[in-house]
Amino acid sequence: MSLHAQDDPQLRAAQEERLRAVWKPPSGVFLRWTDTNNNRVGVWYTLTAFGFMLFAGVLALIMRTQLAVPDNDLVSANTFNQLFTLHGSMMMFLFAVPMFEAVSIILLPQLLGARDLPFPRLSAFGYWSFLIGGVFVGGSIFFNAAPDGGWFMYPPLTTRTDLSGLGADIWMLGLSFIEVSSVAAAVELIVGVLKCRPPGMRLNLMPLYAWYILVVAVMILFAFPPLIAGDLLFEMERLLNWPFFDAARGGDPLLWQHLFWIFGHPEVYIVFLPSIALFAMMIPTFAQRHLLGYPWIVLAAVGTAFLSFGLWVHHMFATGLPKISLAFFSAASEAVAIPTGVQIFAFIATLWAGKVKWSTPLLYASGSLAVFVIGGLTGVMVAVAPFDWQAHDTYFIVAHLHYVLIGGTLLPLFGGLYYYWPLITGKKLSDRLGRIAFWIMFVGINLTFFPMHLSGLEGMPRRVFTYPEELGIGWLNLASTAGSYMFAAGVAVLVVDLMLSPTRAKSPRNPWNAGTLEWLAHPDDEDWGIRSVPLVESRYPIWDQKDFVAKVDEGRFFLPDAEEGRRETIITSVLDAKPVSVIRLGTPSVKPMMTAVALGSVFILTTYHLYLIAALGGVVTLGCILWWLWDTAEIPEKPEKPIGHGMRLPLYISGPAAPGWWAMFITMMADATAFSGLVFGYYFYWTIHPDFGAGFDGPGSGGPMIALALSLASWVATLTAREVHHRASVNAARGLLVAGAVTAIASLFAGLRCLDGLDPEANVYPAIVWVLVVWTVVHAAVGTIMQLYTLARSMAGRMTPTHDADIRNITVYMHFFALTAIVTYLTIGLFPETGL
Amino acid sequence: MRGKSSTIAIVTAGLLAGCNTHQSTLAPFGADAADIRHLFIIMLVGAVVIAGGVALLMRHAVRAPEGSIDHRKGMRIVLWLGGIIPTVILLGLLAYSLPYMKPRPASPADLTIAVDGEQFWWRVAYAPPGRPPILSANEIRIPTGRTVAFRLSGGDVVHSFWIPGLAGKMDMIPGRINSLVVRADKPGRYRGQCAEFCGLSHALMAFDVIAMPPAAFDAWLAEQARPARPSDTPGARLFAENGCGGCHGIRGVNAPSRIGPDLTHFGSRRTLAAGILPMTEANVASFIRHPEKTKPGVRMPSFPQLSDDEAIALARYLQGLK
Repeated sequence: MSLHAQDDPQLRAAQEERLRAVWKPPSGVFLRWTDTNNNRVGVWYTLTAFGFMLFAGVLALIMRTQLAVPDNDLVSANTFNQLFTLHGSMMMFLFAVPMFEAVSIILLPQLLGARDLPFPRLSAFGYWSFLIGGVFVGGSIFFNAAPDGGWFMYPPLTTRTDLSGLGADIWMLGLSFIEVSSVAAAVELIVGVLKCRPPGMRLNLMPLYAWYILVVAVMILFAFPPLIAGDLLFEMERLLNWPFFDAARGGDPLLWQHLFWIFGHPEVYIVFLPSIALFAMMIPTFAQRHLLGYPWIVLAAVGTAFLSFGLWVHHMFATGLPKISLAFFSAASEAVAIPTGVQIFAFIATLWAGKVKWSTPLLYASGSLAVFVIGGLTGVMVAVAPFDWQAHDTYFIVAHLHYVLIGGTLLPLFGGLYYYWPLITGKKLSDRLGRIAFWIMFVGINLTFFPMHLSGLEGMPRRVFTYPEELGIGWLNLASTAGSYMFAAGVAVLVVDLMLSPTRAKSPRNPWNAGTLEWLAHPDDEDWGIRSVPLVESRYPIWDQKDFVAKVDEGRFFLPDAEEGRRETIITSVLDAKPVSVIRLGTPSVKPMMTAVALGSVFILTTYHLYLIAALGGVVTLGCILWWLWDTAEIPEKPEKPIGHGMRLPLYISGPAAPGWWAMFITMMADATAFSGLVFGYYFYWTIHPDFGAGFDGPGSGGPMIALALSLASWVATLTAREVHHRASVNAARGLLVAGAVTAIASLFAGLRCLDGLDPEANVYPAIVWVLVVWTVVHAAVGTIMQLYTLARSMAGRMTPTHDADIRNITVYMHFFALTAIVTYLTIGLFPETGL
Repeated sequence: MRGKSSTIAIVTAGLLAGCNTHQSTLAPFGADAADIRHLFIIMLVGAVVIAGGVALLMRHAVRAPEGSIDHRKGMRIVLWLGGIIPTVILLGLLAYSLPYMKPRPASPADLTIAVDGEQFWWRVAYAPPGRPPILSANEIRIPTGRTVAFRLSGGDVVHSFWIPGLAGKMDMIPGRINSLVVRADKPGRYRGQCAEFCGLSHALMAFDVIAMPPAAFDAWLAEQARPARPSDTPGARLFAENGCGGCHGIRGVNAPSRIGPDLTHFGSRRTLAAGILPMTEANVASFIRHPEKTKPGVRMPSFPQLSDDEAIALARYLQGLK
């Protein structure tokens, strides 16, 4: 290595000049917002989520003021109901989840020594969607139109249009839009973790934060779609009067509760695990040693995720379910405490074994642990079904969930803020202000929420805008209100500390002496992310690998240059991180923002029943997406390029080695999960209600079988097209794509024919058949567009037998489409009415 | 850690003192609530011990000098404190709590009380075995020492039936009937409240609960079965003229209705508007004229056209329905 090319300082300067030019951010009043670099998009994302958190916090302060004394009339019942609905919904959907994604967008490329995430434009799209949806939902309160049915939106209160207004639509459509962007970010993060690691970073060398991101993003993938399915049914009932939750027409309000909590409980861990992940990065730094029990922590995180999908019924202990299922879900709910315990004690043991450097971030970590442990213990209490029958829907739960979420999300995040601020801004925050903020918040939190345990046990239900004096809980509530103001004062001190940051001097590089890759970041950082992509041999390379920082900085590792003037990063294999290819990343573009605006208009216009313009927005959205995609999967000017150390990597890959293929596969997993939420609905009605469909004609068997045959024909055509295309029979492949598109369209009409004579407003049976068929034929339509798009790519010379990412990716889609068609048409065709 | 023990002292004092005795899970008058309180106290003691232990351990871990435990010992701490001990404790808790999950057995001789939650009141129907049901509203009386079976449903939206001193809550869901079997042990006047968010006046949907010795209860129920006597007071005429009977049934006077609360024995109830106002003439009169002032979102139309005297006359008539 002594005669390394990188020894030449002039060469290095020239490389740096090229990298700088390539990664130069767009400038100008408008154009700067078209940036896609994770450093900037991640910061916008974080600040926006932080802003929504402050807003939702102010809503809570108004609520606490109303509840300070019994029989108060500061705000009306109507306003109060909007306040608590928006407070919960915003904290969950506009703060906790997006905050995790925002922070991950900033940190992940740094942690993985990548230049950026694999789909920078997708991150930007996610951000703009989040901003539009968030302002739409949050701003509704200024027009007295905010949702007022609680963050859980139980029907029939929220589906009956005579009992609930526009707010319910704003909740469903506005938040559905944000859920879509959350899923998009999850896809991005999963592919980032799996495919963008530096060479040598096998799965078991990955920083724990990346493990947690992977786990949480997979959870989002399986938890959000059932809610999206529920939202779909919900809006069908509100807008079209299809009776999914109307008991009088065969529907069942409990189906919503199941779908909501299948999402809602994993959601708790989706917002909690990322904060544990921040601990997992901070604790080794402040103990100055490797974290103890790495494989155990990974297993515990995976175990928590797995268990969290089996707990949802503990939110429904009081709905009168069979006692045996209560016992099962009690046991599962208690069991989730065990992996949590493993993670917490691994941290404690690490501190015990190491040399603890006391610091402000560690103060936040310890404080949040104390708060979280109390929330965890009350969590075990409410997991015991009989106790939950008393505690459920009372202030005891309000206390429990705030201890969990503040101890398990908010305080760790503040700790992370103090820890990572130097990484993002190059400046440390004030230790003194940080400690003052912490202690004010810590006392405030306990003063607010501890008395709530008692007010709940003394008979105070949740979501009441007032309470009578005779309950004798006035003093408890007054204490809570005083505490909430104190808590807010602590947050204000923290905000002041952040505001003072620009006036402070730069801190040294890696100020905490951490061992992981993200601390390669330099206070005077460049936009290229990392100077050269390192070869990683340890979990803490900065501590363990000799001259690591200097080698990275001098470009002695991989990809130290940008010869072709393109933004690039290295793609590695999933398990052992062997370099596979170099991909060209998306550059700043207006397309993500435009697509977000167009898609947002569809959701927002539908809220106001402006269906025609909304449909127009849908067409524009489709156009934007195709316009955006047209530039992707481009054929490179040369087949491969050197990345240093004599290694040459291809510039184009397709199929399972490529990030695009993974993104399609993961997106379709989410799509299939949403679909299974609808299928769950069908079988839920069928098994729970013995009279399901009685007296209503079904679609019969013949029609569904024809639609199924046509759907499968389209799938086979695409599959065959891929194979013959690979064997260079381009014309045959084009013909097959046309055949695939024709059969997909035919299956669409055949599917719609099955619905003849079925009145979806009459009963839940025809309604759920309608939904399944509509879902399937919409997928047929999308499949057709994909086949025609691929055909166009081939005609335009953007797809060739050696560069066939497009057709490989749409085949993945068609696999899932075939699966959807099989399940739909067999379900409606073979399990009709009450037969079988 | 001094803060911690003083917190515990405050909590214990609070628990012992009790804030109220008529709507509190900590002041049970029924067997189930007493069982659950017992379960809670056991879990509370356990939780305090565990929280204290973790806090002490954390403090020790942060202060211990470097290398005071090695990797092997550290892993043993994770295994035992994070894995094995919690598993044992939780298994113990589960085994201990399972018997509490069994529903209280009902007998066919039990009094059945059907309660439907409505926005924002309670329809109550007593169905003693072998006799026709007796319709009432917004107040529930039960005998002590006997099991009673509630049959709970939601008339319009989801509500939840909760009498903290008697038993845990049970949701009232449209299209379903949930069963809750309870036994009261201590006579007295108590209060229940809707526990599932049900709309604008969810906070104002409560009811009185009166547990009576069995003999007194039987006498009361027999009295409830009696229809009201038709009368020709000004109040009774106003009731008819204003169409009140379209929504409110008074047995013996007009046809029963499911739209609004039954008023046959209205005057014998302690409170008005589902546990919200004391039953006084002035309250009844002003509620009739402007119900939405007491209860936002109430279904009952307002009657501002009634004069003071008319409203008072109507109130007098209704309060006379004992």
